[in-house]
Amino acid sequence: MSGLFSHIGRYSILLGQVFTRPAKASEYRRLIVDELDKIGLQSLGIVALLSFFMGAVVTIQTAANIDSGWIPKWTIGFTTRQTMILEFSSTIVCLILSGKVGGNISSEIGTMRITEQIDAMDVMGVNSASVLILPKIIAAIFIFPFMVIGSMFLGICAGAIVGTGQGVISLTDYIYGLQYYFEPYQVSYTLIKTVVFAFIITSISSYHGYFTKGGAREVGQSSTKAVVYSMVFILLSNYILTQLLLL
Amino acid sequence: MIEVKNISKSFDGNTVLHDVTTEFLPGKVNFIIGRSGSGKSVLTKCIVGLNEVDKGEIFFDGRNFTSLNKWDRRSIRQEMGMLFQGAALFDSMTVEENVMYPLRMFSKMTKAELQKRVDECLERVNLSGKNKLYPSEISGGMQKRTGIARAIAMNPKYLFCDEPNSGLDPQTAIVIDNLIKEITVDYNITTVVVSHDMASVIEIGDLINFIYQGNLWWRGNPASILNSDNKEVTEFVFPSAFMQEIRDALRQGHK
Repeated sequence: MSGLFSHIGRYSILLGQVFTRPAKASEYRRLIVDELDKIGLQSLGIVALLSFFMGAVVTIQTAANIDSGWIPKWTIGFTTRQTMILEFSSTIVCLILSGKVGGNISSEIGTMRITEQIDAMDVMGVNSASVLILPKIIAAIFIFPFMVIGSMFLGICAGAIVGTGQGVISLTDYIYGLQYYFEPYQVSYTLIKTVVFAFIITSISSYHGYFTKGGAREVGQSSTKAVVYSMVFILLSNYILTQLLLL
Repeated sequence: MIEVKNISKSFDGNTVLHDVTTEFLPGKVNFIIGRSGSGKSVLTKCIVGLNEVDKGEIFFDGRNFTSLNKWDRRSIRQEMGMLFQGAALFDSMTVEENVMYPLRMFSKMTKAELQKRVDECLERVNLSGKNKLYPSEISGGMQKRTGIARAIAMNPKYLFCDEPNSGLDPQTAIVIDNLIKEITVDYNITTVVVSHDMASVIEIGDLINFIYQGNLWWRGNPASILNSDNKEVTEFVFPSAFMQEIRDALRQGHK
């Protein structure tokens, strides 16, 4: 239990350091642009691939499970839309990104710690926590919502392509299902979740990397912990936010 | 001048430094020597603020570093340069970007001024033309020299070198030693070097602090260490029969 409080305390102190006023704003702007590339653009491929196939699979599975003539065909489009918007594009994509981006952040910062690069920054008088972590948090909070919107769009398009291509639903029915009882608030809900998940992934992964001690084995362990804890906190916050925002 | 007064430091109940008091002089190469695990690296990390001391005070030209909070220490830290044992270069940056880093973070220089200063620093350490290489593309000696160039980029008042010769061949080690000595004298820097390398200590050392089991055991200059009768000092400086023969020969030569 004391270990848990120790982690919470150190995490809070680290965040305090991270959000201290930047020493040189221009330097941070450059770092944020770098992180947008590393965290965002370099993850587009995997997000696009996942979203496309998930949208296609949801469409086929829904079609395969609708045997009754009482259930209209447009339900397939409706289900694909709801699945992509409410859960898949935010939660599942962020869970995948916690593995790719979180693991990368933790091992990068952890390696900098064990090779004394962070000590070198501290001796220079640079706020290493802020320089290393703040650009990652800002970049992720900015770029993740765009990636999630892209994922929704791609998944829904994949459903249309596969559904009409395989003849399980007409395009008219699919589009009707997409538009049926659409609540724009659900997109806002999923984007709010995404911003929270982006913060969780970058801050928890940075925390584990920043306090790495030892050598290559410990960097690996930090990276694993970063991914596992990010996933656990994403799932926990997903439940809490859903309770708060949807009920 | 750096003054260390009654510094103590423990880790998990294990006392590593016991009430250490000493001074490091400006324009001189001040060595901290001692066996592995004696506490010399911990002492250096306490001085630069990477480790918090349990007790005692550290003064940089009369300014009490230990009494300052983390944010106020930054102004003194910007007067420090440090060469780490593994050079600790930022591996995602080129040689030039590494040297430019502290300048970019703290100075208000224009691009042209930054480039000029970087070129000066690289020329000072004989690395002109290596600007665009990454740390992984240069030798260990070059990495150390890049580390020195980065350390002097901000015109520091205090230079710390942690095992500057570790992993280097004897000839490259001499190059690094001479560079540290020249920089110290040319810029009147207070240089503190942590080392095991007795050849360096004798060659470029002005003042030697011998740490033994966390205590400042002996303090003096290279000439006096050769003639010291202190058992722990002689065992460290002349550990083998061969080295003891050299010491005896040196002493006879002095007579």
